[in-house]
Amino acid sequence: MSIGGIDIVTLAAMLMAASTPVLLAATGELVAEKSGVLNLGVEGMMIMGAVAGFAAAVATGSPVLGFVAGALAGALMATLFAFLTQIFLSNQVATGLALTLFGLGLSALIGKGYEGVRPPPTAKLDFGPLADIPVIGPIFFSHDWIVYASVLLVAVVWFVLRYTRAGLILRAVGESHDAAHALGYRVVAVRFAALGFGGAMAGLGGAYLSLVRVPQWTEGMTAGAGWIALAIVVFASWRPWRVLLGAYMFGGITALQLQLQAAGYAIPVHILSMAPYVITIVVLVILSALHRHGVQAAPASLGKSFHASS
Amino acid sequence: MNRRSFLKTTAATTLVAGVGLPAFAADEPLKIGFIYVGPVGDMGWSYQHDQGRKAIEEKYGDKVQTSFIESVPEGPDAERALTQLALAGNKLIFATSFGFMDATVNVAKKFPDVKFEHATGYKLADNLAVYDAKFYQGRAIQGTIGGRMTKTNKIGYIGSYPIPEVYQGINAAYLAAKKVNPDVEMKVVWAYTWFDPAKEADAAAALIADGVDVLLQHTDSTAPQAKAQEAGNVITFGQASDMSSFAPKPRVSSTIDNWAPYYNKRVGEVMDGTWKSEATWGGIDTGMVEIGEITDAVPAVVKAEALKLKDDIAGGTVHPFTGPLNKQDGSVFLADGEIATDEQLHGMTFYVEGITAEAPK
Repeated sequence: MSIGGIDIVTLAAMLMAASTPVLLAATGELVAEKSGVLNLGVEGMMIMGAVAGFAAAVATGSPVLGFVAGALAGALMATLFAFLTQIFLSNQVATGLALTLFGLGLSALIGKGYEGVRPPPTAKLDFGPLADIPVIGPIFFSHDWIVYASVLLVAVVWFVLRYTRAGLILRAVGESHDAAHALGYRVVAVRFAALGFGGAMAGLGGAYLSLVRVPQWTEGMTAGAGWIALAIVVFASWRPWRVLLGAYMFGGITALQLQLQAAGYAIPVHILSMAPYVITIVVLVILSALHRHGVQAAPASLGKSFHASS
Repeated sequence: MNRRSFLKTTAATTLVAGVGLPAFAADEPLKIGFIYVGPVGDMGWSYQHDQGRKAIEEKYGDKVQTSFIESVPEGPDAERALTQLALAGNKLIFATSFGFMDATVNVAKKFPDVKFEHATGYKLADNLAVYDAKFYQGRAIQGTIGGRMTKTNKIGYIGSYPIPEVYQGINAAYLAAKKVNPDVEMKVVWAYTWFDPAKEADAAAALIADGVDVLLQHTDSTAPQAKAQEAGNVITFGQASDMSSFAPKPRVSSTIDNWAPYYNKRVGEVMDGTWKSEATWGGIDTGMVEIGEITDAVPAVVKAEALKLKDDIAGGTVHPFTGPLNKQDGSVFLADGEIATDEQLHGMTFYVEGITAEAPK
């Protein structure tokens, strides 16, 4: 199926794979921010996940272990961030930026020996006859397991935040840490857990970049994906399904732009490149207009430090 | 060292500098700085410049002291990085990307006794030289191989930025491919980056989805190679560096930028005081452009044809841009038998006739 020289099926299949790293990282960051912590170190955690995942996969020959290592590395970075911001009450914005710079540098150092190395391939899931269904087959049944896992994780995060007691506590901590503390919830512990989850997801996203999407290790290979993930959380006004929408839209426009060019359209590349950001700004304007009289979309305690004494 | 002798030495040094003796005494190494647009580990462009830097260290040993700043963004940051290198006492500074041009010009003005070298640019000053390699010669050879080997008659090209260097590459590859295969079609995707593995991989995937089975890249990472390998039936060429880890297929050959001889020559000239500001444009003949090994994935006949073209270009009997040649809009670029001058090529910001894609505005 093709419209105006653009193969829609290929485009749809490409955008799912292209969006997965950002989707994973954004879902993780959403959970962290829902607990009231702004972690700007997504980029740093992603790239650590990318290098650790790559190294582990090459060493063991197993991409699955690579993804596990990527998630662990991301979680470890997030734990460092949690120590600094939750125990030592450092400024979250500055610490997050430092985490990004730290991650970029450390990953380059660790990755020195892995340049030009090829990782073990991650197989696509075999759906048998399902993959042969026209249109639907190549779009939905032609991916590796991480793509499906990422969508599943969005559903899980949505369900937990909305329907479980744990989700309620997490949101309570994010909305008003003093109230949550007064009720006897351990604010710092909840935030450690949320940050750890966010880091693991970012690490997973990074590992997907280096093991599947590119697939190889190069310094600085995340090239800003972590920042896009942060923007998507805001764009999605902290709602999981909108994160999915936002991530696929960002990925979709990137894929579309390149396909348009390949098909020979003379489109102003710069306009398409900035489109996702323009849309984010427009959405933010609309949101703030809608919420003028009441509830803000951001968790009320977002970015504020908490200490039991205060 | 006690204070008195320290003062004495300092005074002596000041005196020496003051009377205009050579600023670097025999025991003081010549400091040389580099800025790279990507990480040295890109295995492409910046990696190759860093090989040149290492060659300087190897040749001159203790007489030089080199340093580099990697992943410098093109634009104002480059000016800061260059100033930093100049203030650190570097007497010869290499700025190794087209987009560093204006930054280098500005900083060169501020440090008249520091010598600057800018790669792939065209602005000269008393203390600013430019150097470049005729990458398009390598592209002509790649076009020949690609035109012979394509089954879909579609050749894909991942462009970085719409600047003359990249247009030269696209046009040279297309002309050479069309010569051996009149049905060939050129697909161009502009990535607007020198180095972004994920985006380069996406660009490669888009071209491959469009039916391209010969892929040329003007970006610096090996990501397109990895994508081509995944697709299976696509051939690629190493860009800037050999990228031999993807040989014998998809990478069937490469253009290698060998900066080492030029760097060593210029360092030597600074040392003996004969350094002059000039424009150098080296090709296959001077060894600045090398053609990486053509693998066995290429049929022997095609390989022989490509190697002959290489010799002809090196010998000067063939020029990839020889008239009659029209621009894309049909206006005349070169008359029959006319050969493009370097000036014409440096100003090339258009596609040649036959390429159907539209040039970015």
